[in-house]
Amino acid sequence: MNIARRLLITVPYAWLVALFLVPFLIVFKISLSDYAISIPPYTPTLELEEGWPGFRAFWAGLDFENFVFLSEDSLYIKAYWSSLKIAVLATFFTLLIGFPFAYAIANAPQEWRPSLLLLIILPFWTSFLIRIYALIGIISNEGFLNQFLMWTGIISDPLVIMNTNTAVYIGIVYTYLPFMVLPIYATLEKLDGSLLEAAQDLGCTRTSAFWSVTIHLAKPGIIAGCFLVFIPALGEFVIPSLLGGSRTLMIGKVLWEEFFSNRDWPLASAVAVILLLVLIIPIILFQRNEQKHREQNK
Amino acid sequence: MRIRQDFIMNTDAPFAPWEDETATPLIKFSNVTKQYGTFTAIDDVDLKIYPKEFFALLGPSGCGKTTLMRMLGGFETVTEGSITIDGVDMDGIPPNKRVVNMMFQSYALFPHLTVAENLAFGLKRSDMPKSEIDGRVEEMLRLVQLKKFASRKPHQMSGGQRQRVALARALAKAPKLLLLDEPLGALDKKLRRETQFELMDIQEKTGTTFVIVTHDQEEAMTVASRIAVMDHGKLKQIDTPDRIYEAPNSLYVADFIGDVNIIEGQVTKSEGEAAELSWGEGKPAIRGMAGESLTAATSGAFAVRPEKVAIFSDEPMDRHNRVNGTVEDIAYLGNMSTYYVRLENGSLIKSQVANNRRIARRAITWGDSVWLSWTDTAGIVLAS
Repeated sequence: MNIARRLLITVPYAWLVALFLVPFLIVFKISLSDYAISIPPYTPTLELEEGWPGFRAFWAGLDFENFVFLSEDSLYIKAYWSSLKIAVLATFFTLLIGFPFAYAIANAPQEWRPSLLLLIILPFWTSFLIRIYALIGIISNEGFLNQFLMWTGIISDPLVIMNTNTAVYIGIVYTYLPFMVLPIYATLEKLDGSLLEAAQDLGCTRTSAFWSVTIHLAKPGIIAGCFLVFIPALGEFVIPSLLGGSRTLMIGKVLWEEFFSNRDWPLASAVAVILLLVLIIPIILFQRNEQKHREQNK
Repeated sequence: MRIRQDFIMNTDAPFAPWEDETATPLIKFSNVTKQYGTFTAIDDVDLKIYPKEFFALLGPSGCGKTTLMRMLGGFETVTEGSITIDGVDMDGIPPNKRVVNMMFQSYALFPHLTVAENLAFGLKRSDMPKSEIDGRVEEMLRLVQLKKFASRKPHQMSGGQRQRVALARALAKAPKLLLLDEPLGALDKKLRRETQFELMDIQEKTGTTFVIVTHDQEEAMTVASRIAVMDHGKLKQIDTPDRIYEAPNSLYVADFIGDVNIIEGQVTKSEGEAAELSWGEGKPAIRGMAGESLTAATSGAFAVRPEKVAIFSDEPMDRHNRVNGTVEDIAYLGNMSTYYVRLENGSLIKSQVANNRRIARRAITWGDSVWLSWTDTAGIVLAS
């Protein structure tokens, strides 16, 4: 390998080291530290001018206490499980709504498709926070939805959606819908219509042709979409803290509270490290799926 | 051009069920019309196709040939009229309930399945017992000589191999009727040739009725027992390849199939098989065969194939049909030469001469005044 190529490869590696590995090591180091009333709010800190004895003292101060604490306190385990459940269910709902969207756009007349896609992407142009507040305006007890339903006489008491898990699901589905629609649309759009005809020709009904051909061939898109929703949803904290109630337990929220309310940086860092480890598995699976898809499309 | 001699000679009587009044057709179109809004894609078509036929639908793009085929497959509905296959009215019957399989132009192989799984796809959805499916798949792989490729995915194969997989998959369920939509369109010329013969071979082996859609007349002539020439949703002529070539029933068909010289004029005589066409002041009328429903004293055209036009340096006094002109161009194709001769009235006539001997020196060259001539039965007089 010549020098130019080595240099070229060095650039992305340097990027990864500077922006992923170094921050991760800092967070990991903090997670091994202890809580302290000081600035920064943890101990020990590495004092380079104290030399070798200083480093040894620093090294001795690190331990896995926080991780042990996390595994013993049921709050955190519950929060992980509850986040996992909410993320899985929300991903499922997003898929349920997103697939028909993608399918309808892919089957729309060619000249409509760009406009329809634009409508899917359009909300991104507004701030995420503003959209969540707008959602509050719709689903809160005095919101538009309840006003409308009460005006039509369908209900007499307002539906309590706000500050429940339902609101969190609505928030996640609403926010992450484009991440589901776009990859599924990309696979469906490439689908050769004659494949469906061939399936029917060979004995499938319209429905079974849809399941055995369309769904099968859209699988890479479905998987990609699910990961793109699941991964951020798992660590989500804005949506549960704004829309969810006191009983909504999500690890992102717990992390935020440990960090800013309790100012327990070491514990918050430990939560973050575990969250990252939990997420690495789906991220690796996602990468595998993408790679497989790319190879098949060669 | 290869007329299906082998096919005809293999059987005791020539294979021509269309001439037999008592033969029952496999497919029957009765007054079939298909409209898309105000556009008429298929215009009042009547057509019978018989079992074991290799039937070609031939026409330029947009002539309705694909629509006609897709109606047989169940992918297009009929606006008016009816289609029966094997005596059963096909109205409202979905593709999966028909004894018809189709080979798609794009091959439509399932990219997520291996070759063997592709072949088994239809069988799994039929009433064939599970134990027999593997055997049938193997049989089909043998038929198209792809045994080694059973576990490959379509994207790992060449175009020609994919074409064969598509054919095998369409044949796997042993349909009564196989539809082929431009089956060789994606192959290069040499492979096309070979595959055409392979197709004929497989058709004979399986005894399936084939209906092929093509815009390539040479392909239609090679493979088909009968050809239907289509234009603007109408069937212009349905006949055997040799009849389509030698006895076209209209100028359209004559012009569409092969190369042809056309001389326009006035029909002066039409008696039985013979006809005459006057085409210029003071020139003797051209004699030719009479086309279908030709009447005298109408305007008409004389059509003759270039290979039936002989070229002479001196006037051939012993021939009736002879015209004088100047050589404008010579196309040397190796095995033959085509002379482009400009007549006095301005029309350009092609004469094709086989180069039986090595040309040491051309007897006829550019600018020469020459005589063109053909026999009384070489060409055909058609109403225009």
